[in-house]
Amino acid sequence: MTDKIVMEIARYSPESDHEPHFESYEVPLKREWVVLDALNHIKDNVDGSLTYRWSCRMGICGSCGMMVNGEPKLTCATFLSSYARHGGKIRVEPLRYFPVIRDLVTEIGGFMQKLKKAKPWLMRASNDQLTEGTYLQTPEQLDRYKQFSMCINCTLCYAACPVVGLDPVFIGPAALALAQRYNMDSRDQGAAERTATLAHPDGVWGCTFVGECTRVCPKHVDPAGAIQQYKIAAVIDWLKSFVTPRGRDASSHAGND
Amino acid sequence: MPVATQATIKSPPQYTEFHPRWYRPKVSVYWWLGERHYLKFILRELSSVFVAWFVIETLMLINALHRGPDAYAQFLQTMQNPLLIILNIISMFFVVFHTITWFNLAPSATPVRMGGKRLPDAMIAGPAYVAWIVISAFICWLVLR
Amino acid sequence: MAKHESNEAFFWILFSAGGMLAALFIPMQLFLFGIAFPLGWLHAPTYDNLMALVRMPLVRAYLFVLCSLPLFHWAHRFRYTLYDGLKVKHLNEVIFVLCYGGATLGTIVAAYLLWTIR
Repeated sequence: MTDKIVMEIARYSPESDHEPHFESYEVPLKREWVVLDALNHIKDNVDGSLTYRWSCRMGICGSCGMMVNGEPKLTCATFLSSYARHGGKIRVEPLRYFPVIRDLVTEIGGFMQKLKKAKPWLMRASNDQLTEGTYLQTPEQLDRYKQFSMCINCTLCYAACPVVGLDPVFIGPAALALAQRYNMDSRDQGAAERTATLAHPDGVWGCTFVGECTRVCPKHVDPAGAIQQYKIAAVIDWLKSFVTPRGRDASSHAGND
Repeated sequence: MPVATQATIKSPPQYTEFHPRWYRPKVSVYWWLGERHYLKFILRELSSVFVAWFVIETLMLINALHRGPDAYAQFLQTMQNPLLIILNIISMFFVVFHTITWFNLAPSATPVRMGGKRLPDAMIAGPAYVAWIVISAFICWLVLR
Repeated sequence: MAKHESNEAFFWILFSAGGMLAALFIPMQLFLFGIAFPLGWLHAPTYDNLMALVRMPLVRAYLFVLCSLPLFHWAHRFRYTLYDGLKVKHLNEVIFVLCYGGATLGTIVAAYLLWTIR
């Protein structure tokens, strides 16, 4: 049983490189180590220029997402020992389908813009006063959207979704799941405000239910399910629009924009 | 800000303090061949081609019925062509693949809640499979009697 | 913008309905007419028996729906497969017309055949 494992890590330095290249590092194969531990070991002891994002190291901040042997993973939750049996090499690359700033760090500004487009905040029909008391919600009402609220914005789903890679304006799984999270929240009254963004070719209609987003999600959010559920809601909405006259301007504006 | 392409770079890369040059990997047109899950997805989507093929065959059948008993006999004979049989066997795989993937995915789109909790997916897919078997048996009986 | 949104919902309904129909009804029918009868595993129905079946209004309606909606299912799915699989989204309009146009053509053929069968 070897006590070392080889890591092949993508390096890219905008000052000197035109495209990424791989560098190999040998790290101790400790039973309890995750890929993030290996990266920290390399940075602390071998090559201080290695650049990557991480924070909580316990799977809740969403910072440490990277491609590990071609799969989007949280590196704080991916054990080195899982790869030791397969010839002992681990390839680490920045998350797919994002521009790369340096080494393993991706540019997520586009993602942040897409999140904002989903209007992920509670919208009320009128400006409620604190004096009117808190909103009440039963456990059953919470259960309707709770799964979609578990998203940690790690963007693993964006790295998994081929449509994100093929169509840069596609709003993407996390943003759509987040919009659905608010649509399903009994306290929210802003579903109509989100329609323009969601029921759009760059919104849910761009999704072809590949299902990869759900498969790689570390928090089991099931964004694919959220999107399909919204498609059905959009269809019902569309059918209703033939029966009842709808004025989108009639719904009062709420929330920051 | 100049946009440098990989093909035309000869001088050292430009680096300005607040605009590092991001690397933007291109997605190859063969993206779906690179991974098992992507390939499975594309095959699932291509099953629709075999669904369309079935419709064409059915239209051919109805057209033959339209023309009379001789045309129908001719149709049945044409269907015995080995190439067509192979095509139909392949179609069979894809059509069944469509059915299975459809039933397995449908519960994600139509969550059913009872007693405050969501029903497990199998409880929605299960009845679909049962319906499939019942309908298939009925078609069999209807055509063969 | 609003017009484009609503178009997508419409085609998605057709895609879904066609997909469900295809999933439930096509396998057995394909098995019978495409494999079992040609290979002689089962006896194909006689012309008279089959015509008696096809003449029934309910069967004609069923066959029409079976020959129409799955084509729209194909059209929608194939359109997106071309966009994603072959990255030809710039041929948007051409693909749209070829796919849904093809499905419409099949629907018209089915309608004509089933309406005029005697």
